[in-house]
Amino acid sequence: MLSQLTKGERQGALTILLAMSLLGVAIAAGGRGDPIATHGFLIVILSLGMAVPVMRHLFDPEPSSARLRSYYDDPSKAGIVLTMAWAAFALFIGDWVAWLLVNPNLTFDGAWASFGRLRPVHTTGVIFGFGGNGLIATSFYVMQRTSRARLADQFSPWFVLIGYNLFCVLAVTGYMLGITQSKEYAEPEWYADLWLLVVWVVYFILYLRTLSRRQEPHIYVANWYYMAFIVVVAMLHIVNNLAVPVSLVGAKSHSLFSGVQDALTEWWYGHNAVAFFLTSGFLGMMYYYLPVRAGRPIFSYRMSIISFWGITFMYMWVGSHHLHYTALPQWVQTLGMTFSLVLLVPSWGSAANALLTLNGAWHRVRDDATLRFMMVAAVFYGLTTFEGSFMAIRPVNSLSHYTDWTVGHVHAGALGWVAMITFGAIYASVPWLWKRERMYSPALVELHFWLALAGTLTYVFAMWNSGVIQGLMWRTYTENGNLAYSFIDSLVAMRPYYIARAIGGLLFLLGALAGCLNIYLTIRHAPLASDAEGSQSKPLYGQPAGGSLQPAE
Amino acid sequence: MFKLHYKLERRAIGLTLAIIGAASIGGIVEIAPLFTIAETVEAAPDMRVYTPLELAGRNIYMREGCYACHSQMIRTLKDDVDRYGHYSLAVESKYDHPMLWGSKRTGPDIARLGGKYSDEWHVRHLINPRDVVPVSIMPAYGWLMERTLRMDDLSSQLAAQRAVGVPYTGEMIANAAADAYGQANPDSNAAAAVAERYGEATNVRTFDGDAQRLTEMDALVAYLQILGNLIDVNQKTAAAETE
Repeated sequence: MLSQLTKGERQGALTILLAMSLLGVAIAAGGRGDPIATHGFLIVILSLGMAVPVMRHLFDPEPSSARLRSYYDDPSKAGIVLTMAWAAFALFIGDWVAWLLVNPNLTFDGAWASFGRLRPVHTTGVIFGFGGNGLIATSFYVMQRTSRARLADQFSPWFVLIGYNLFCVLAVTGYMLGITQSKEYAEPEWYADLWLLVVWVVYFILYLRTLSRRQEPHIYVANWYYMAFIVVVAMLHIVNNLAVPVSLVGAKSHSLFSGVQDALTEWWYGHNAVAFFLTSGFLGMMYYYLPVRAGRPIFSYRMSIISFWGITFMYMWVGSHHLHYTALPQWVQTLGMTFSLVLLVPSWGSAANALLTLNGAWHRVRDDATLRFMMVAAVFYGLTTFEGSFMAIRPVNSLSHYTDWTVGHVHAGALGWVAMITFGAIYASVPWLWKRERMYSPALVELHFWLALAGTLTYVFAMWNSGVIQGLMWRTYTENGNLAYSFIDSLVAMRPYYIARAIGGLLFLLGALAGCLNIYLTIRHAPLASDAEGSQSKPLYGQPAGGSLQPAE
Repeated sequence: MFKLHYKLERRAIGLTLAIIGAASIGGIVEIAPLFTIAETVEAAPDMRVYTPLELAGRNIYMREGCYACHSQMIRTLKDDVDRYGHYSLAVESKYDHPMLWGSKRTGPDIARLGGKYSDEWHVRHLINPRDVVPVSIMPAYGWLMERTLRMDDLSSQLAAQRAVGVPYTGEMIANAAADAYGQANPDSNAAAAVAERYGEATNVRTFDGDAQRLTEMDALVAYLQILGNLIDVNQKTAAAETE
């Protein structure tokens, strides 16, 4: 991979890595006595660890210019490996915290292993580690194919991918060290946030530069969604993370907003992380991989326009439905509820567009577990968005809020929609990227599919039950007008469901591990594709076909 | 309309600007007025700020991720109020940077926990929750008792709070470490100064039962014991109703 970089790019990489390690030394030295020092050391170790292989290849000959006539897929390959690594790690942590609610002594007396610290490790690991890497890896792949253009340069995709993973590592290690802003889904502290901002700007510029080189007059719908994901996540990230650090060599910061304003900003961010990270980005993925894998064109171009703008406009209004009956002014709650209901239209538009695209290809859904992953993802997307709109209705929310129902809802979306579409896209991409005939073991894909589906259903049903029971127990009165149950009564009633949930999570984790194994075997042992010029490695538009299709390495 | 889009989707910059435009409106309409409409947050002249010890305790509460299981927001629902006390007012988290309203009650709401249990109960409960609540699933936090509270950064913590709008005086910032020590050592000379700066109602006690050392347990219990007591909420509501 390194010898595919030009000499200038290798020198640039080395310069940045050495500068990073110096920065790490400065943080470690300046932050003595503060948890930030550990992060300083971590940055030094990671930067130097990456600098060594770069130095070893520093004086390799320049790569052949023939590479410029094919797509640049090395970052996508690395991104997919990272995606699966994060999946295994974060699902494992997720199942661990699920068992912590069954047996709280599974912390082994470690401060770092208590539920409060591990829970954000799970959420960040899954959303940003697994989901984010999946989005970055597939977005590089999709934007090149749909634009018929090679990535604008070879350096910035690596900067984005590695820089983003550094952010994720700083985030999850930080929580275990006790470094957190305590803002849900925005826990990383100020310096990690600033670093992510740098990475994100490079990502955005790379996307625009590649689009501007496109050989297609139109920007394909998948790219609209990836663009919305990149642009709006930047907006959300900046506004919600405004904070004043206690010291420039200390981890702690105090957020700029407080109380009710902070609450709405946080849920404007939180719900739109769902919208633009976990929905827009993955819809971009779906709009490319599902029609390609099914061999069918998208059902309706107009429906995708309406859905796209509906989602982009309306999602931003709905965050306040997380704050029903709170000290947030009622007019904002009402606006949030109203838009949540209308939002169902574009959401179901997308889901229907996906499912109707499969018309004429349902026999493939039956036979091909990869396509079935995508189909089930679209179904769960439809179910979850319906459930979300329903739970945003104020009286429904009075029952569901603060209970496990919310957790069940989130996991219907995260496991059923986000993870399923990602696994589908990965199983489609791996043979294309590594030029293999197929996945090493279709049976393992099949096994993964059924484990994932069984795990998701077990999880979601357990949480629906526990959530509704919890909500009802909290509001039940005796005939004398007293509360019928203590909080502890409701906690005891949850136990069987917490066990069932942890088992569901375990099934899902086992499926992901089967996926990791299968991907490893495919890369190492699957037969090479007989037709290296398969549809996915088409020569760049306007280039002579001969010689442009050699594998990149 | 679709023709217009047909043109738009040929321009990357135009598409980006349209996305930014469409995505900005909701936030501007909903969030910006919260800063300008006066009724959003009730006036409460008697509202006091956290003492340095309580603020340190709040930082520990955040560090341990307690917000993942405990909400601090009692809704305006009858069963919420019957179970946890008067519904939360916006002003009560006015000095909370960030707010810790939470989103999940794996454990109970603790917006009005202050004064409900003794310090001793809290210490025993934090060391091992199952000693006092046998079926509890809360993690044990025994190490809080062993860790000495970090004091060297308390002044800069308060200064950062002032930078984001909490009305700490220069005197409060300068004496942050002494005040933290004084609040947990009622017999020391520093104790009187705490009550003078933060009000007579301030809890000045050896929270963890050990006067020798200022531990993280002292700070966390001091914070838990002030929850819901920064203003007199019943008096506040009664006053609002007579107006």
